[in-house]
Amino acid sequence: MPETTTAPSLAPPSTPTRRRTTSNGAALAQKYGAGALLVGLCVYNAVFTPNFLTAQTLLDVQLRQAAPVAIVALGMALVIAVAGIDLSVGSVMAIAGQVGALTLLSGAGPVAAIFAALLAAAVCGAFNGALIVRYSVQPIIATLILFVAGRGIAQMLTGGQLQGFSDPTFQFIGLGRFLGIPFPVVLMVVIGAVLWFVVRYTGYGRTLLATGGNESAARLSGIRVGRVKLVAYVTCSTLAGLVSLAVISITSASDANNVGLGIELDAIAAVAVSGTPLSGGRISVIGTVVGAVMLRLLQNTLIARGVSREVAQMVTGAVIVLALFLQRRTH
Amino acid sequence: MVEAPLLEMRAIHKSFAGVPALAGVDFHVAPGEIRALVGQNGAGKSTLIKVLTGVHRRDAGTVLFEGHEVDFTSTQAAQDAGVATIYQEVNLVPYRSVAENVCIGRAPRRFGLLDWKTINADAQNRLAELGVKVDVTRPLMEYPIATQQMTAIARALSFDARLVIMDEPTSSLAEAEVTVLLDAIRRLRDSGVAVVFVSHRLDELYAVCDSITVLRDGSTVADASIAELSKYELVSTMLGRSLTESERTGRHAGGIRATDAPTVLQATNLRRAPVLNGSTLDIKKGEIVGLAGLLGSGRSETARVLFGADKITDGEIRMSGTAVNFASPRDAIRARIGYCSEDRKADGLIPDLSVRENLTLALLPKLTRRGIVNRKRQTQIVDEFIGRLGIKLASPDQKIRELSGGNQQKVLLARWLCTKPDLLILDEPTRGIDVGAKQEIQSLVSDLADDGLSVLFISSELEEIITSCDRVMVLRDGQTVHELDGSAITEEAMLHAMAEGTSTIEPIDGGQLHA
Repeated sequence: MPETTTAPSLAPPSTPTRRRTTSNGAALAQKYGAGALLVGLCVYNAVFTPNFLTAQTLLDVQLRQAAPVAIVALGMALVIAVAGIDLSVGSVMAIAGQVGALTLLSGAGPVAAIFAALLAAAVCGAFNGALIVRYSVQPIIATLILFVAGRGIAQMLTGGQLQGFSDPTFQFIGLGRFLGIPFPVVLMVVIGAVLWFVVRYTGYGRTLLATGGNESAARLSGIRVGRVKLVAYVTCSTLAGLVSLAVISITSASDANNVGLGIELDAIAAVAVSGTPLSGGRISVIGTVVGAVMLRLLQNTLIARGVSREVAQMVTGAVIVLALFLQRRTH
Repeated sequence: MVEAPLLEMRAIHKSFAGVPALAGVDFHVAPGEIRALVGQNGAGKSTLIKVLTGVHRRDAGTVLFEGHEVDFTSTQAAQDAGVATIYQEVNLVPYRSVAENVCIGRAPRRFGLLDWKTINADAQNRLAELGVKVDVTRPLMEYPIATQQMTAIARALSFDARLVIMDEPTSSLAEAEVTVLLDAIRRLRDSGVAVVFVSHRLDELYAVCDSITVLRDGSTVADASIAELSKYELVSTMLGRSLTESERTGRHAGGIRATDAPTVLQATNLRRAPVLNGSTLDIKKGEIVGLAGLLGSGRSETARVLFGADKITDGEIRMSGTAVNFASPRDAIRARIGYCSEDRKADGLIPDLSVRENLTLALLPKLTRRGIVNRKRQTQIVDEFIGRLGIKLASPDQKIRELSGGNQQKVLLARWLCTKPDLLILDEPTRGIDVGAKQEIQSLVSDLADDGLSVLFISSELEEIITSCDRVMVLRDGQTVHELDGSAITEEAMLHAMAEGTSTIEPIDGGQLHA
C-alpha cells in the first residue's frame, strides 16, 4: 500500500542527501507517531478522496465512526495507566445495552434507561476491580471472565431476543446533534477534555500515575492503590456502558451478539499507537483519541479505495507496528 | 579435608560497564567440604556464583573443576559438568508433582512414554536419603519452602552434582526447617559432595560449615577453617574494620543531649516470621537512634512494621505512650511518621513522574482541595525544599529518573520532610550516592534532630552510625541484642554485639540456634 506510506521517514534513505532531508520529519514523526500518520492520511484523502474536506465527511462519517472506539479507548487508557488491561469492555457494552433496552421497553423512560445501563456497566467494572485488587487476580485473567461470560449474561437477560424499541429522545445519544456536531463526537470531546483535566490537575491523576509507575512506592507514600485501581476499572466499564447507549440508540435495537464485538482490541490498539506502554505509569489522553481516529480513518480509507478487508486488516496491523516503531526512540 | 580441591578459582576478575565487581577473587572447595561464602552486600558473592555457574563470563582468571580448566558458557553447561545451584527462591515448577520436579528434563521413559512408576520411586528414594518423607505425587506448591528446597537438592543430586551451591537457602525458613536443611547439607557432605553455603546467619555458618571464605569489595580477604576464625573476627573482616582502630565518639557524646525528652516511639518485642524475632527499640524526641546489624538481621523489616507496611504477629508499638496498630503506611503517615526506604528504585521513585510530583506525593491529601491539586501551594513547597536541601536540577518538572542518585535521594527525603513528621525512618539513606551528597544528608539529619525531629537511622556502615547517632540498637537474627549510648558507641562494641549477640537486654526467647 504505497499510499499509506505518507509519513516522511518511511522512505528508506537511499542516499546521504536524502537522509538529511528526512531527518527533521522523522524527529517529528517520532514524537507524534500516531499524529503524523493521521496528518498523512488526511493529506492523502484531501488530495485523492472527493469531498473529504467537508464537514459532513469529517464530522458525520470519520469522527462519528471513531467516537465509540475513542471513548472506550479513553477508559482503557486509565486502566493501562495503572498497569492493567480490560478485555471485558465489549461484553460490558452488550450487558449495558441489553439493560438499557429492557428498561426502555419497560416504559421507564430514557433517563432511567441511561442510568440503569450505566449502573450495570459500573457494577461490571467493580467486579473486575474487586477481583484484581482484593483477590490479586491478574488483570488479563480477571477481565477475561466477563469477556467470556458477559455476552452470555446479556443474552440471558432477554432470552436471546433482539430488543427493538422506539424512543426519539433516547435516539439523541447516537443520532442527535449539539451545535450541529454529532452527539457521539461531542461526548468524545467532552470526556477527553475531562480526562485530560483529571490527569493533569487532580489528586486522582497523580495517584493514578504513581500507582501505575511504582505501586510499592505509591503504597509507601500513603496512596490507597487498591482504590485508585478500582476507580480506573469502574470508570473504564462505565464509559463502555455509555458507548453502548450510543450504539443501540442508532439502530434502535440492542443485539447482545454484536454490540461492542471486538472493541476491546481496537481500544487497546488506539492506546498502544499513542505510544503508551502497557507497563503502566503513563497516559496520553490526546494521543489515545488521535490513535482511535487515525486507525478508523485508515480503515475507512483502505475500504474506500476498494482494498479487500483482509488486506485492510493486515495494513492496520502494520501501521500499529509502524506507529510504535516511530515512537520507540523517544522513550 | 586434605583432598585436592574439586573446584579452584584463581584471580577471578569481572567488571560490569567498567565497574569491577570481582577484582582478583580466589576460591576453592574440596569434596566432602562445606565452605561458607560470606560478605556484605556488593562484596561480590552473587557475581562469583554467577561466574562459576555460567551466568556471567569471567574477564580474567582460572577456574579448575576436577583438575581441568573449565569455562562454563551457560548454566546448562555448568549443570552438565556437575555444578548445581539452589537459590533462596526455589526455581522449580510449583504446579507439577514433587517427583516430576526431581526428574524434570531427564525423566526415564519406556516405549517413548514417561515411566511414572520409576519416576516416583526414584524421587521417593532420593528424598528419603535426605531425610524427607512426602507424597511425591502431590504438586510441589502444596509443601512448605523447606520441602521445596529439599526437592531442589534431590534434583541436584539426581544430576550427579559434585558441587552444590546454596545461595541463602535458609533466609525464608523457620528454625525447625533450618535444622532439617542443615542435616541434609551434612548428609551431602558425608556422601562426598562439595557444598558452598551462603548465609548471613552466623550461627548457621558455625553450625554446619567446615571452612570459610570472606569477600570484601570484590576480593578474597579471608580463607580459613571455621575453627580458626572467631565470629568477631569474621564480622570485622567482613566489614573491613581493624580491631586496633581508635574509638570514635557519637554525635552528642558528652551529654549535651537532654535525656529527659519524651519518648516518641516505643517498640517492644516485635515479631514477624521469618525474620523478626523480638526487635525492641525506643526513640526520644530529637534523638537519632541507629539500627545496626548484619544483612538479614531484621533492620529493614523492623522499619517496615513500624511504618505499617507489614504487620507484626506479636509485640507492641507505642507512639507517645499510646498503643498503635497501623493497617497501612497511610495510617503511619497520619500519625506523623515518614519512611525513606532502602531500595530507592523499587520502593521510592516514581521514575516517569516529575520531581515536583515525586516530592509532594506523600503530602497529596493535604495539597488537594475538592480533588484538585493546589498548584501554587505545591510550587511553593517544591521550591522551598529544593532550596533547603540544595537539590540540583534543571527544573522541578524534570523527570526524577534524570537526576543523579544523590539528588534523587534528597527528593525522597523532601517527600517526607514536607509532611512535617515527628518520626523519620531512614533506611540506608546514603547508600550508593556520592560523598558530597552523603555528608549533606548526614548534617541535614543532624540539624533536623536538633530541631526536635526523632530519627531512626539504619545503616550498614558502622562509621556512619557512630558519627550520626545518639544511641544505637544492635540487631542480630531479628532480635535486639544490645543497646549502646553516646560514647559507648564504638565499632568494637557493635561488632561484638553483631557477632556474639552479647546482650544487655533481657533475651526474650531462648530458641536460638547454637553452634
